[in-house]
Amino acid sequence: MTALVLCGAEKTFTMHLRGGLRLPVVADVSFTVEPGECVVLAGPSGAGKSSILKMIYGTYRCDRGAILVRDGDDTVDVATAPPRRMLSLRRRVIANVTQFLRVVPRVAAIDVVAEPVGASADPAVRRAAETMLRRLDVPERLWGLPPATFSGGEQQRVNIARGFLPARPILLLDEPTASLDAKNRARVVELIGEKKRQGTAVVAVVHDDDVRERIADRVVDVTAFIPKSAA
Amino acid sequence: MTPVDTPLLIAEGLSKWYGRQLGCRDVSFELHEGEVLAIVGESGSGKSTLLRILAGLMEADAGCVRYRMRDGVTRDVAALSEAERRFLFRTDWGYVHQDPAAGLRMAVSAGANVGERLMAIGERHYGRIRGTALDWLTRVEIDTGRIDEPPTRYSGGMRQRLQIARNLVTGPRLVFMDEPTGGLDVSVQARLLDLLRGLVAELGLAAVVVTHDLAVARLLSQRILVMKGGAVIESGLTDQVLDDPREPYTQLLVSSILPP
Repeated sequence: MTALVLCGAEKTFTMHLRGGLRLPVVADVSFTVEPGECVVLAGPSGAGKSSILKMIYGTYRCDRGAILVRDGDDTVDVATAPPRRMLSLRRRVIANVTQFLRVVPRVAAIDVVAEPVGASADPAVRRAAETMLRRLDVPERLWGLPPATFSGGEQQRVNIARGFLPARPILLLDEPTASLDAKNRARVVELIGEKKRQGTAVVAVVHDDDVRERIADRVVDVTAFIPKSAA
Repeated sequence: MTPVDTPLLIAEGLSKWYGRQLGCRDVSFELHEGEVLAIVGESGSGKSTLLRILAGLMEADAGCVRYRMRDGVTRDVAALSEAERRFLFRTDWGYVHQDPAAGLRMAVSAGANVGERLMAIGERHYGRIRGTALDWLTRVEIDTGRIDEPPTRYSGGMRQRLQIARNLVTGPRLVFMDEPTGGLDVSVQARLLDLLRGLVAELGLAAVVVTHDLAVARLLSQRILVMKGGAVIESGLTDQVLDDPREPYTQLLVSSILPP
């Protein structure tokens, strides 16, 4: 059964502080993602790729159309779901790797990674988080430190570990390999492959042609969704 | 509906006037167990009035607050008996004031401040009370060697942490917080926020947090109400309201600060 369906989804920002300027972002976004499939969103910078991911996660409101997420036997429309339903989807159904790690003061890397599945005080959770950090080549001496002082690449790997740890039916990836070296890019490609084999539906934004070729089952050209008024 | 699907707190059409001045107007929302709701807005927006009404510190002119008691029955808070109200205030609810002096007894020791809430619910065993107080001081990162000192000798950050310990010692299900980091230095704020975040998650607390600091709202809450002129003008998931604000006033709030 299809994991994710976008059907005529549309987003426009209205900038009230700029005299009500309307900024159309995307229109008539329609595509589907099956379990075990990786759909890569392609298009030039500013075409709305990240915005589409944010709409699926509910961070950006969807003005028109539907974003249907399969949740067990239910289907939830993110465009109209009440906040509580959305929070429940985020806890159980949708995992999300944002472009940048949001650093919280005093929270150690291991806790950042463990949080989506539980507390790092739980031995099983801790082991899983450690395994993920090790696979992403985050040095063990950093695990107990807050990532604020880490390099960009280290922060991103912590972010990826956090996103990949929970087993969820849907995984959203926004430029997961942007600041990684070749070795770590290969690790992420490998992790995405594992997720697909586990039946996860993956939607990704990647600029790296090589990575895209290796993970994508289908490429969706986002320029098709440029609103007519903006073209 | 199963108990978890039933809201813990329900606000229905709450309005309050101060003479001819509007305090808040027709505010309604539901809060479930374990949820943290932030109420943001500028001073005078009505957020503190709303919090005081919710916590039973002030009477609404219209509307009602309903709360699911521990027996699973949802009751109108205004219609509770005196004993039931006492149970809420002393046990099942907490209230963290912006000024710790308003929530602590400044003349008695830190240990007594924490122990007092326990004694109010019938604990009489001195050793157990002291043991629990020590445990809570540790949890809020206060040196247990200072348990016999009154809060007047504590720094602002320590006082605020003590106030939190005093509130949480009875195992409340709902905590109201009024600008909990308001009077603190930035360096102290981070520690307090991290502590609050950890405790709320660990204890599965529901909380209503009034703050003008959007970074605090981002860190602590899953949902936000934005208030202006006494009314709720926008509400939703915290990241949605902060990253995709819809109302002119919310856009102004979000764009007026450094990214939270």
